[in-house]
Amino acid sequence: MSELKLTNVAKAYGEVTVLSNINLDIKTGELIVFVGPSGCGKSTLLRMIAGLEKISGGEFTIDGERMNEVPPAQRGIAMVFQSYALYPHMTVRDNMSFALKIAKKSQAEIDAAVAKAAKILQLEPYLDRLPKALSGGQRQRVAIGRSIVRDPKVYLFDEPLSNLDAALRVATRLEIAQLKESMPNSTMIYVTHDQVEAMTLATRIVVLAGGGISQVGTPLELYERPQNEFVAQFIGSPAMNLMAGEVIETGAQTRVRLENGGEAVSSVPTLAADMGLKVNIGVRPEDLLATSGTPIFKGEVEITEALGEVTLLYFKRAGGDAQVVAKLPGIHTEVRRTTVALGADPAKVHLFANGISLLYR
Amino acid sequence: MSPALQGLITIIIGVGGCVAYFYFSNLFLDKVLYPPSGPNAGRNINRANMIRPWLFLAPAMIALSVYLAYPVVETLRLSLTQRVPGGGYQWVGFDNYIKMSGEPKFWEALRNNMLWLIVVPAMSTAFGLLAAQLSDRIRWGNLAKSLIFMPMAISFVGAAVIWKLVYDTRPADQEQIGIMNAVWLAFEGGPVSVLFLKILPVLGLLGFAAAVGMVAWVFVRPMLRPSGPVGAGTIPLRLLVGAAAVWLIYMSLRSAIGLIGADLPYGVPQTWLTIPFWNSFFLMIVLVWIQTGFAMVILSAALRGVPEDTIEAAIVDGANPFQIFFKIKVPQIMGTIVVVWTTITIVVLKVFDIVFAMSNGQWETQVLANYMYDKLFRANDWGVGSAAAMVIMLLVTPILIWNVYNARKEMR
Repeated sequence: MSELKLTNVAKAYGEVTVLSNINLDIKTGELIVFVGPSGCGKSTLLRMIAGLEKISGGEFTIDGERMNEVPPAQRGIAMVFQSYALYPHMTVRDNMSFALKIAKKSQAEIDAAVAKAAKILQLEPYLDRLPKALSGGQRQRVAIGRSIVRDPKVYLFDEPLSNLDAALRVATRLEIAQLKESMPNSTMIYVTHDQVEAMTLATRIVVLAGGGISQVGTPLELYERPQNEFVAQFIGSPAMNLMAGEVIETGAQTRVRLENGGEAVSSVPTLAADMGLKVNIGVRPEDLLATSGTPIFKGEVEITEALGEVTLLYFKRAGGDAQVVAKLPGIHTEVRRTTVALGADPAKVHLFANGISLLYR
Repeated sequence: MSPALQGLITIIIGVGGCVAYFYFSNLFLDKVLYPPSGPNAGRNINRANMIRPWLFLAPAMIALSVYLAYPVVETLRLSLTQRVPGGGYQWVGFDNYIKMSGEPKFWEALRNNMLWLIVVPAMSTAFGLLAAQLSDRIRWGNLAKSLIFMPMAISFVGAAVIWKLVYDTRPADQEQIGIMNAVWLAFEGGPVSVLFLKILPVLGLLGFAAAVGMVAWVFVRPMLRPSGPVGAGTIPLRLLVGAAAVWLIYMSLRSAIGLIGADLPYGVPQTWLTIPFWNSFFLMIVLVWIQTGFAMVILSAALRGVPEDTIEAAIVDGANPFQIFFKIKVPQIMGTIVVVWTTITIVVLKVFDIVFAMSNGQWETQVLANYMYDKLFRANDWGVGSAAAMVIMLLVTPILIWNVYNARKEMR
């Protein structure tokens, strides 16, 4: 059992409010990922949960017990830091057993816990080494091992992979996923700015922006039904295309005339009163397809980026409009400098009014 | 001419001379000797770059060899010779050393130096570390640090004069201007006096003995394990620490017992600097007072360098502030602590001014440097004086080498 509940949690440094109105329920066994742009407060929120930052307002409970004033060590949490934060003067073994020694556990208990964690993380050959004699990935594993030995209710990860190189990052990401798999009852909170990590690891993702929660949902929910333009553009790469327009037909399907001259049909239903509403349509680059019917967008391909399995098409900007990007399967470098008309399946066309998805109003 | 003006002119000539030397010699090299132009421009640049470091190092190297290297050799020579009345020198081998080892004052100086060597670096480093840690995160911490650092700016003789006033004694019927006696006379033999002058000092001594025992245990314990990871090279050091600890514990326990039984002369002003054994400590306090600032500044910088996240990790691991300090912070700055410790040790081995100005080695406060001065310039015995100088150098050298080794390791 380890349920976390944040109620109206806020953080302020003096006059400056960094986070406000954070409401979140985290259930046992979930792996929650906090994502958001730099400076959105995701690390601050994690550090408040850890107890390293004071909670300025609201209440935070673990299993119904108020934690606001409880010191970090008594919250039943363990944290993995971005820079690993290994004690440089201690061997791997001492690093992992430090918390248990502080807690005055018996030597036999400590040895057993360290041996178990070392086995899980394949650190057995390195137990008597100092951190400086380890590679980045090994250090990261020691940092995780230091958490495991304490058998905490909640694991907190603060951008644990950001100091690793690309290949190692993928491997360690998988290891964390396997670790989670082997401990189905432990709750984990994971902070990252990398949406691939978020999408692959999370049970649920919390998107933070502008000092609050933008949306909470499973990775696919966020991808398929983003609540607002921010989430729509933050999740998915390249970002979702947004184009301004006006509703010209309402009902089970909505027709929008776009300012760029195109026309889009969305399967998002609208009311009769929405006629003439100024909206932004959103289409993911991967959902744009060449069409012979009425196009959503028609333009000249300025740059193509062939990535192998897909090709990214960057269209010439018209005036102050955002650049439109399309992602086509296969290699299509030949379309460069040609004019292409693009359409999309109505089910894949999102509608936003004032930044909020019409699905959620 | 007023001395102040003289001083100013000296500074201007000295600093200006240095700047002029570097500027013009560099100019000469670049413009006249090997100008980077003409048919051999490339070759000239390479040659100029080969000469330049020597050009800049030359003044320091010349000064060091004339005023440091040569005197060492000359002192060694002098320590092996004897002046012949009427002029000239005579080779006497190790006679001066033998003569010196026969003098009780030499052994007193050596013993006192050892005591200084243990007490002053330990106390300065400990107080410096304490001050650095305590003043780290408070608003007026920098003010406190400035105050503690200030004695560093005072010359040893100046500090000695200040502390002579602290220890000053006036006849019993006059007002005491020395703070030690003023405080002393406030004690009259009642329970408060017993608490402050017997119980607390005895507890302090016992605590000191316990601390020394713990440190020694840390050093000696790895040797007792059958297969401990102990390098053979460290065994002499460990044994030395163990022996020193046994001696210190014996001394502190003896002092504690002596203090309990002592009949303290309440109400009588004391001439502090004439109380044998303890007066050495009164002198040491002056050097501790000066060196604490140095230790604090260096250790404060080192403490700031301890990665914040290791401290946060320790907080999450449940360590309390003491555990964080002793198990996380101190081990991480151990290298710096050793450098500070050895640097102060070297200062202590050379200590002269304080003893010279305050007690001049009387009442059993002699130290080696003052002993050397006594022999060289008072007794005019150049042979024994030089021998004493060689002994000091012999003691300083290994510590100096260790210090440089550690400082370099820190920089890497």
